[in-house]
Parts: sequence; C-alpha cells; structure tokens
Amino acid sequence: MYAQMIKSEGGKDPSEMTPEEVRFQARIDAGEKIEPKDWMPEGYRKTLIRQIGQHAHSEIVGQLPEGNWITRAPTLERKAILLAKVQDEAGHGLYLYCAAETLGVSRDDLTEQLLSGRMKYSSIFNYPTLTWADVGAVGWLVDGAAIMNQVPLQRTSYGPYSRAMIRICKEESFHQRQGFDIMMKMAQGTPEQKRMAQDALNRFWYPSLMMFGPSDAESVHSAQNMAWKIKINTNDELRQKFVDQTVPQAEYLGLTVPDPDLKWNEERGHYDFSEPDWTEFFDVLNGNGPCNNERMEARQEAWADGQWVRDGLMAHAAKKRARKMAAE
Amino acid sequence: MSALFEFLLRMGDNTLVLGHRVSEWCGHAPILEEDIALANTALDLIGQTQMWLGLAAEVEGKGRTADDLAYRRDVIDFRNCLLTELPNRDFGHTLMRQFLFDAWHKLMLTRLCDSSDERVAAIAMKALKEVSYHLERSADTVIGLGDGTEESHAKMQSALNRLWPYVGEMFEADSVDDLNAQEGVTVNPSELRADYDRIVYDVMSDATLTIPDSRFAHRGGRDGSRHTEHLGHMLAVMQFLPRAYPDARW
Amino acid sequence: MSNEWPLWEVFIRGQHGMSHRHVGSLHAPDAEMAIKNARDVYTRRNEGVSIWVVEAANIAASSPTEKGPLYDPSRSKVYRHPTFFDIPDEVGAM
Repeated sequence: MYAQMIKSEGGKDPSEMTPEEVRFQARIDAGEKIEPKDWMPEGYRKTLIRQIGQHAHSEIVGQLPEGNWITRAPTLERKAILLAKVQDEAGHGLYLYCAAETLGVSRDDLTEQLLSGRMKYSSIFNYPTLTWADVGAVGWLVDGAAIMNQVPLQRTSYGPYSRAMIRICKEESFHQRQGFDIMMKMAQGTPEQKRMAQDALNRFWYPSLMMFGPSDAESVHSAQNMAWKIKINTNDELRQKFVDQTVPQAEYLGLTVPDPDLKWNEERGHYDFSEPDWTEFFDVLNGNGPCNNERMEARQEAWADGQWVRDGLMAHAAKKRARKMAAE
Repeated sequence: MSALFEFLLRMGDNTLVLGHRVSEWCGHAPILEEDIALANTALDLIGQTQMWLGLAAEVEGKGRTADDLAYRRDVIDFRNCLLTELPNRDFGHTLMRQFLFDAWHKLMLTRLCDSSDERVAAIAMKALKEVSYHLERSADTVIGLGDGTEESHAKMQSALNRLWPYVGEMFEADSVDDLNAQEGVTVNPSELRADYDRIVYDVMSDATLTIPDSRFAHRGGRDGSRHTEHLGHMLAVMQFLPRAYPDARW
Repeated sequence: MSNEWPLWEVFIRGQHGMSHRHVGSLHAPDAEMAIKNARDVYTRRNEGVSIWVVEAANIAASSPTEKGPLYDPSRSKVYRHPTFFDIPDEVGAM
C-alpha cells in the first residue's frame, strides 16, 4: 500500500505489558481515539511515524509519474483535471506530514530521511508513465488500490491520522473516477488508443497487486499493528478485494487482465489470480525499479533548489518582525 | 481576421502559455505550500483560457473549439506576449515573471469589466477575482525574496534585470488595439502604463530591488511577428497528442 | 540550525454561518503567508469564507490527565439538554 511492510516496534505479549500499556490497549480495544498529548507506548509512536511518514512520502513522490503528463494532457479540460488531481496529492502529503508532526517529528526531518533513502515510499511510483493511457491506469488501478486501504484507515486509532484520512478519502473520491473515465475514452477510441489502454493495463496490473505488500498473515509486525489499529486489514484481504472489484471493470472496458490463471472461483466467491513476482517487488524496494533514480533525483533537486527560497522568505519574516518591534 | 478575434487570442494565449509554464512546477516547487499555490494559479489561468479561446472560437464562427485553437495552431499564429513564454528558469524568475504579468493583467481586466461587449465583460469579471489574488501573492513573494537573504536578493535582482525588457510589449498598441478601443471593447494598453509603473515601483521598493533604467522592449509576441525560440518547444510538448493522433478523442 | 518555517493551525468558517472550525495545519514564515497558504491549501473546494491562523507553539491546551475534572462535572447536568424534558406530543414541535 502507500505504506508497505511497516516494521512494528511493539510485539509484546499481554503478560509482559506494564499497567500503562494494558490501559492503553484497553482504550484502543474500546474504540477510543488516541490524541497527541495522551500517553502512548514508544513503539506505537515510532511505528506511526514510520507509517504516516511513508504514506506522506508516497503522496509526494506519487506526484511525479502523473505530473509527467500535465504538460502533455491532450485537452484543456484534461490538463485542468490532471493538475487538480496531482495538486490534491501534494495536499494529502501535507495533511499527513502534519499528522506525523503531532508525534514529535518535524517535516524537515522526515524529508531529510526520504532524501537520504532512510525512509521509503510506495514501490508503485517507481514505474514509468509512458503513454496517456498510463495516466488513466494510474488513476483507475493505483488510486483504486490505495482507496482499498485508506477507507478502513479512517477508523485508525490515532486521532490526527484518522482525521487526515477522512479528509483525504473525501477529496480522493474523484481521483479513481477520472482515471476510469480516461480508460473508457481510450478503450472505446481508435485502435491506437485501445492498444495504449491494453498496454497500460499490462504494465500496471502486477505492480498494483504489489502495492498491498507480500502476504502478512503470519507476520508479527502486522499482528501488533492490527492490535494497535494502525493497520486494519491483512494485505491478502485487501488484494483479494481489489481483484474482485477490478476484474469486472476491466471486462467492461473490453480489456484483458494479463493473468492466464485468472478465473472466478464459485466456491470461494472470489477470483483466483496469480501472485505478482515478489523478486521484482524487493528489487524495486531496494532501489532497482525502473524509475527509482529519477524519482529520488527529482525530489532531491526540488529540495536543494528550493533552499534559498525557504530561507529567503524566512529571513524576510524575521526582518518584518524586527521592524515592527522597533516601531512599537 | 477580425480585430475582436485577434484581441481574444491575445488574452487567451497569454493565459494558456503562462498557465502551461506555471503548471510545469507541479511536484517540483521549493515547499509543499508553494507547490499547491502555484497549481491554483495555473488552474485559474487554464480556466480563463477556456473562456477566452472559447469566445474566440465562437466569434470566428468556423466551427473550431477552444481546444482546436490551443492544440492545432503553430507558433506564428500565437498572440501571447513574449514575457509569458519565457522559461521558468528558477523559482525567482517564475515569481518575478508572474508578478510583472499579474500587475498588467489585473489593470487590464479591471478595465475590461466595462467592455462594450458583454461577453468580454463577463469573462473579465470572473477572471479579475482570481487575478487580484495572483497579484497579491506574487507581489508578497517578490517582496519576501527581494528583502530576504543576500542570496535571494541577488537572484531576484537578476530575474528583474532579465525580464524587464519584456515588460514594454504589454503596453504597445497597434491597429487591432485602436479598432477595439474605438468600439469600446477594450482599452488602449498604453493607457495602463502609468498605473502599472506605480504598482511595480511600490513593490520593488519594498523588495529593495532596483528597476532597470532602460525602457528597451522586445516585441513580436502579441502580434505574432517574432516569438522567442522557447514557444515552439513548449508547443511541441503541449500539442504532442492531438498532433500525433489527429483522429482521436480524449 | 534548523530554519524550518513554523507550524500554524488553521481554522475556517464555512459558508453557513457556523463557527470557525479547526481544519488542519501548515507551514509558513509568518501570519500573512500562513493565511494565504491556508487559502490555497484548505479552501480548494470552496470550503470557507473566513480564515484564522494561530502559530501552533502559541496554543495552550488542556492536559489529558485533567480530563476527569474538566469534563465529567458537566456530564451530570443533564437538564442542560433538551431531551431531558418530556413535552407531550400534542404540544407540537418545540
């Protein structure tokens, strides 16, 4: 997902918990929200910073593959819609950084960690957008997969994170639709457009399935994060839900999901499907995706080139304050 | 080509080209808050383009649409002033260019609210609200960076020096302007210069920046007689899809 | 030394005459820019007609351990709520 494979800092057996930790877990079990000034285990705080930070980084890096097409959008309306959508992603990154900041880390800290490679972002944004159909596929599949995870996260135990997710889900409701709308136009368009649409699905299908992360039914990290309600569903549950929802949509478009083993399983009431290539997933995560270098360079450049602007406006604000004080 | 059509292209091409330039920042700005603000400016300008070029297409009456005008004309048919097509270079140039244009844009739109052509007045009224905010924001940023650190001051001064020769073109008048002014559709742009100079002087004083003495003006954008080389590259990117797939609908 | 822009809390009054409501936070070098940034970040969908910003460091907040003394006493004053009073149906809406 936008936050993949979050290593948990907890993992204590209830018998080893301090009375404070027991009370804390009871509050979560009772559905109470944890707020910034409330007592919380250090592991909960650290794990949340990691997860919210990674989620925020994914929004920011996620601007790049779609941003790649803003200047080439084929109509004025498409350009405006795409720009508004990519702008929303910047907004969502901003909301999430602010949520992380309530846990005692600064946005600059988190940014430095992203730029030095110590923090990750979602693997999906290391894939290239090669044709206009890719913009449709990203909205349809990538936002579709993200929504699967973000909707339940509105109920997460940490108040600021939950509120950020509520705002994000509300704003994102048009994102997946605009992607599907592009796919419809392409799939029903000229033979060249249809070819681009199929090609985009071919390239984005498995990377979208990877967004949910490898199976974590056995993972102790996931178990702890689920007990803390900072993770709501297992990766496999969400992946299945995504496949079940997406396959009929692909059929509607007249496109073929690139999985020869995909078929409806009457008994399970779900589609059976092939696993993505997890070697590729770990390669991408370790920096060897098709666009890892380009994405990191773009962010590093924006940050370095922007330093004089941030410093300049800050210096002006200080001078203004000083002048005001002197006048009083 | 009617004078009204020509005038509408000048308005619409300004917003089309500048909106495109500003949209190039999306995902690359110095800080998230600025990234979001720049996208808002670009979105406003694209929206205004749809209105100006939409009306231009209607006035022309040849069955073309705003998109046809944006995506199927070549450099020699564009009517934006040169300032708007200059590349972003750094954030300082981008915001200086924005301020120098916004100040003109706001004065122009204010006058167009009284246009004898109701369609022009209606677009101007909607756009004026947006552009008043653009000007406030770009003026603040130019002041903040001019009066910031030594480094930011130097960068803003160099941006002003570089862009200043492109200011004069916005106030030049030709027979198209004379004709439209006679009809009360628009004003002669030269009438705006005194107010413009006052706004720019005030902002540059607060920004501790020096306005160059020279009144030399590059020209050739708003009458299409000689654009810069930059515009062709922008159009090559912007128009790629409709040009490569002329029969496709998007 | 960190030169990060300070954090501001943003409050927006919506279209319908309600009070200002906390909508989120952002960074800005000073109050004026914070208001402008708030306009750009938090009113992209026509959400507001008035904006307040407060530097986050200047907000005094109650402590969670005082939750009991601060809020519990009002819990017993049930007569402050309209549902406390039974009004016969035939009286109509009140």
